[in-house]
Amino acid sequence: MIQALYFALALFLLLNLCAGLWRILRGPTTADRMLAAQLFGTTVVAMLLLLAQASGNPVLRDVALVFALLAAVTAVAFVQRAWPEEKESEHDLN
Amino acid sequence: MTLTDYATACLLILGGIFFLAGTVGLLRFPDVYTRLHALTKADNVGLGFIMAGLVLQAESWLAAGKLLLIWLLVLFASASVSYLIARRALNKGIRIWM
Repeated sequence: MIQALYFALALFLLLNLCAGLWRILRGPTTADRMLAAQLFGTTVVAMLLLLAQASGNPVLRDVALVFALLAAVTAVAFVQRAWPEEKESEHDLN
Repeated sequence: MTLTDYATACLLILGGIFFLAGTVGLLRFPDVYTRLHALTKADNVGLGFIMAGLVLQAESWLAAGKLLLIWLLVLFASASVSYLIARRALNKGIRIWM
């Protein structure tokens, strides 16, 4: 029974992730798109841990650890380097 | 289903609810700062509940310790990252939703 819950929750988190894609589509500023990447990071870590417990091989926990680290590094790289100069029209300046 | 299974089940479901709140917050909130707030808070708490549920099921203390470390890493990482993004967004003049 608990196995079914693991897979059901992993699927639910996946649907959560797909709902987050809408923000990438519509996000006025690039920062919003980066937030979706942040959401990806945390959600995939949770999914990996659930699958590690469900499938029974502990290697997936290390994968989740590396993924959490990479998500942080990606966001920092975006903020420091890859944030383009936004045109005035792109975000709602008064 | 033993007692720990029931405890794990309700903790995991709670975690799922917080993840849902985080995603709905990301979609519904009006500007970058509120989305950032909703995202980091809800996801970290959601991950914390899922972690607590999984720690009950962990086969060894080492695995439970690793789970806790993963959660702490995500906690610190997303806290500092959200601060970075918000400060940079403020400097770039992204208006705060009033």
